[in-house]
Amino acid sequence: MIVAGCDVGSLTAKAVLMNDGTIIGSGITCTGPVPEASANAAMQLALDQAGVTLDAIAHCVGTGYGRRKITFGDTVESEIACHARGAVWQVASVRSVIDIGGQDAKAIRLDERGNVVQYQYNDKCAAGTGRFLEVIADALGIELDALGPLAEQATEHLTLSNQCVVFAETEILSLVNEGKETADIVRAMHQAVARRVVAMARSIGVAGDVAMTGGVAKNSGMFEALREALGMPLVQVPQPQLNGAIGAALVAADAAGRGARESVAAHA
Amino acid sequence: MIVAGCDVGSLTSKAVVMRDGRIIGRAVIKSKAKPWESAESVMQMALAPAGLGLNDVCYCVGTGYGRDKIPFVHETVSEIGCHGKGARWLVPSVRTVIDIGGQDCKAMRLDKDGNIEKFIANDKCASGTGRFLEVMAKALGVGLGELGDLSARAKHPVTLANACTVWAQADVIRHLHDGVPVEDIVAGINNAMAARTATLVRNIGAEPDVCMTGGVAKNGGVLASLERLLSLRLKRIRREDPQITGAIGAALFAAEHANGGHR
Repeated sequence: MIVAGCDVGSLTAKAVLMNDGTIIGSGITCTGPVPEASANAAMQLALDQAGVTLDAIAHCVGTGYGRRKITFGDTVESEIACHARGAVWQVASVRSVIDIGGQDAKAIRLDERGNVVQYQYNDKCAAGTGRFLEVIADALGIELDALGPLAEQATEHLTLSNQCVVFAETEILSLVNEGKETADIVRAMHQAVARRVVAMARSIGVAGDVAMTGGVAKNSGMFEALREALGMPLVQVPQPQLNGAIGAALVAADAAGRGARESVAAHA
Repeated sequence: MIVAGCDVGSLTSKAVVMRDGRIIGRAVIKSKAKPWESAESVMQMALAPAGLGLNDVCYCVGTGYGRDKIPFVHETVSEIGCHGKGARWLVPSVRTVIDIGGQDCKAMRLDKDGNIEKFIANDKCASGTGRFLEVMAKALGVGLGELGDLSARAKHPVTLANACTVWAQADVIRHLHDGVPVEDIVAGINNAMAARTATLVRNIGAEPDVCMTGGVAKNGGVLASLERLLSLRLKRIRREDPQITGAIGAALFAAEHANGGHR
């Protein structure tokens, strides 16, 4: 039975197709001004990869910021629940998830079945979200993808004194004027975001194996800074950016299974 | 006796020259990269119209963000102290002073003798500081000084979804793209600014009379919105530019200390 999950975030839309617990197709697109179209495009990529059509999907769950805009979704589920489900499916030992998104950040504690025990969420302040990285990368004239490799080249230890994105941007420009190396500045920026996220994660008492999910987890500099700030092992999941969509597909599988049982019962 | 106060802020630098308790020179400039350059330029501008030079000043007090980098001052006093002092000189009945700076926001309560009883400051988050308005004015392509007049013409003020400067900026751009009139967006910006300020003021409790100092005090939109939120009238500073309040306070301290008297 084929099920689907679609995660429409502020920056990217992700789709995952699963058949009996195996991923058979996935797609990631940048979110355009029309979330419906971004969701469609991501799902089409996943369908093409799996070589199936939309009709083959028994149940589709939407999640993320734009979940209500998905035209082909059957039901919706919160991002928190989907990230918890996805993470424990990807790495069974995971008991906490830190998800840094483009416009928010979440810390989730979960049980061995991927049920949410406690969570904390920041969408009020841009510090400690992916936007911090975007703003600074833009100010430094660096592509987002280049941040990780650059941070690895850092040699001098710098500390940003500002947490606020707006103030940090000014601070960073003055560091540039002082002739500080871009690599050192980039590492300091990752550490500033990490400090902020870890403060939030500590408030719910992250424990056990911690996984970092979301597209930002692909940035090795951010992963390293978060690992350092946490002071505990950080698990790399195979598909950090697809994690929410995977979780949504797992929720879809539950729903489809229930639906199948119910219809069997109705016919019996 | 000629004394002076110099307030080097993150965004603007201000200087006031006083003779025998009267202001005889004043200047406001945009701060330069180096605080000492800002201080020297603004002080010269304040002195020149009276035909004076730095040598004529017998005592000078520095304040503001860059106060420790001013070469010619005899001593420095905190911004809180200077704004309290200056506000009380301008509005003798004042008991609560709200000062919005270029990158911070402070609220202070004075006792009946003008001593600082309580104060609270935000310098961690750009929201609710002058920087918030600066970012928004730039996004809209209007001057910082136009924000007050623009919001007075608003018909349907927008509500900004989030206090964070970064998110609010995105919101402002979205409203612009949606074709919302600039006046309505500006009114939303001033309301958001006032809401953040009101939160800070409520923390220490506003005791009348309340006045606002700093450059943002010239933005009538923020003042009116703050009055609505706090349900009280703000005393307007009319004798002098509210932006030079800190420099006035610094000059008043200079006058006291020049006589060797630390009252």
